[in-house]
Amino acid sequence: MVDKILKGNGLYWAWVVMLLGVMSAGALAYVAQFNYGLGATGMSRDVSWGLYISQFTFLVGVAAGGLMLVLPYYIHHYKAFSRITILGEFMAIAAIVMCLLFIMADLGQPMRALNVVFHAQPGSMLFYDMIVLNGYLFLNLLCGFVILHAEYKGIKYPTWLKPFIYLSIPWAISIHTVTAFLYCGLPGRHFWLTAILAPRFLASAFAAGPSLLLVIALIMKQTANFDVGQTAKDKLVTIIGYATIVNFFFVICEVFVGYYSQIPGHLHTIQYLYVGLTHHGETYNNLVPFMQASNILGLTGLGVLFYSRKLQSDGYLALACSMIFIALWIDKGLGLVLGGFVPTPLEHIVEYYPTLIEVLIVAGVWGTGAFVLTLLYKMVVAVKRHSESNLEIT
Amino acid sequence: MDNNRRKFLKLAGLTAVAGVAAPVALNSLAQASGGHGGGHAAPAAEAHGGHGEAAPTGVRWGMVIDTTKFNATPGLAEKCMDACHGYHNVPHFPVKKDEIKWLWTEKFENAFPEHTQNKRNDLTANGNFLVSCNHCDNPPCVKACPTRATFKNSEGIIVMDFHRCIGCRFCMAACPYGARSFNWRSPRGSHDGVPFIKEINPRFPTRMRGVVEKCNFCAGHLKRGELPLCVQTANKGAEGAMVFGDLNDPNSAVSKVLRKRFTIQRKPSAGTKPSLFYIV
Repeated sequence: MVDKILKGNGLYWAWVVMLLGVMSAGALAYVAQFNYGLGATGMSRDVSWGLYISQFTFLVGVAAGGLMLVLPYYIHHYKAFSRITILGEFMAIAAIVMCLLFIMADLGQPMRALNVVFHAQPGSMLFYDMIVLNGYLFLNLLCGFVILHAEYKGIKYPTWLKPFIYLSIPWAISIHTVTAFLYCGLPGRHFWLTAILAPRFLASAFAAGPSLLLVIALIMKQTANFDVGQTAKDKLVTIIGYATIVNFFFVICEVFVGYYSQIPGHLHTIQYLYVGLTHHGETYNNLVPFMQASNILGLTGLGVLFYSRKLQSDGYLALACSMIFIALWIDKGLGLVLGGFVPTPLEHIVEYYPTLIEVLIVAGVWGTGAFVLTLLYKMVVAVKRHSESNLEIT
Repeated sequence: MDNNRRKFLKLAGLTAVAGVAAPVALNSLAQASGGHGGGHAAPAAEAHGGHGEAAPTGVRWGMVIDTTKFNATPGLAEKCMDACHGYHNVPHFPVKKDEIKWLWTEKFENAFPEHTQNKRNDLTANGNFLVSCNHCDNPPCVKACPTRATFKNSEGIIVMDFHRCIGCRFCMAACPYGARSFNWRSPRGSHDGVPFIKEINPRFPTRMRGVVEKCNFCAGHLKRGELPLCVQTANKGAEGAMVFGDLNDPNSAVSKVLRKRFTIQRKPSAGTKPSLFYIV
């Protein structure tokens, strides 16, 4: 089964080699950061988390987004998702691998990472995040491989796997809830201190995860002749569409609370993100273009998404999903984490700009995720084709 | 009992240094060895700011900073900062981004963003206010730390184990006072021949890159029965500029000042119960 990743055409190998190149660049940049310290990044005393933690947060959502396939398929026996569900499970694996790499890249003393286990502190949300993330990785590795192997053998997956599949459903919710709890339990950070942070994370995840999956599925239709089916795509449009609407609804709720209450702590970060924050005569707005792009991309994408279903157009569908994915990536993968540090607890405003080393490491981790995903999907496509051709013969 | 007796002898010494008559201290010692089985002084609810919760028992070090005295003595705050940073090998980096500080000054609106005025007097308009770790009774950083590298010691001080810290910086996100700094690069290095630590004090460890650090209330000095360095320095320049002592001892110097003067804490709404109080 695993041998399938070694058989591919020129395009496949070119893609793999390119990813290896990106990964190598990231690895070299990490060596530089490791030797110098995290000062090689744009982070500071005032903005003490940067792109690494924001990417981590976003990718936990991408991993949890697989739930939107697993739940209908295994609980509601929604057969149209039979080809795409396994893609969701394997995407979760790649996303969690990226999450763990981002955490490691962000640690000041990565060699001491296991202190989280040796000196476990059950009061810390990071302790639970470690448990749920690694647990989710394990569950998806187990379910993904056992199911795929069963398919390879032409049999149904064993019954003992069922509890693990069912467990993975609440577990997906838990990974993003705990990740939100990292932020929303901190007393000094008003922007994060909101009870709808976890629901907002989940809404964003249930849109971003399936969006990315659909884009990849459409690319695979072109390059690997692997079609997930029109019914599945149409259903995913509904799921992505509503999740995106709920996400923007939550954003509007936050904006309302900030502006209507006029409480400075609630208002300032929202101003900084969407219109620019003026402080001592100076306007700070380095994230405003991104956040406005996010709003425009997200809302336009929503329109294009439903329009694409009307047209039954793969091209428009891929465009809409890409727009929504990028919109949510900016919203959570940039604004949410970076915005939380502005203003600082001492009411100063410090804007953060990542360094080249930091960007290279981020690219390297995304490259690693794409690499893992490519190998896993190569295997899935080969097995699916193998089992389906067997069916045709018999 | 020996241990308790030693603690109270220390306490007596500290109280005396803080300018309170010795009989009072002896009195507290007598009280403790007499009545209370635990050997600890009775909690003083009024020592708390905010809503006057009952304080837990045991020693809880705290401090009153008289900002009027600092304002009247220019350069005193800087002397305190130098004493602290010099002793604790706090590095000075040429780039602001890498900054590490344990004790520093802020404008009133930065130190106390929850306190607003319409017109300001000279002190709140122009004064500099010393800030550092608040050694909170309910510290969010301790809760956030996934490795117990930062913890509350038996005397209520929030201390750090630099060798256990993994550098996740969760504590920095959790601190509502911006009291924590991170070693973004090695503090033992130098730039253009100028070392980041001017003169290394062998009595306190230097840090390595990738760990968080902050004010430790001079926990080592307290163990030796000495006052924190900032308090020593401040009182040399202006008597009573900083009053240090056990918040849980009703007879301590700090408790007496808290009963007599109106003080404020930084961000009381965060529910952290800071142990630093300000006379403004």
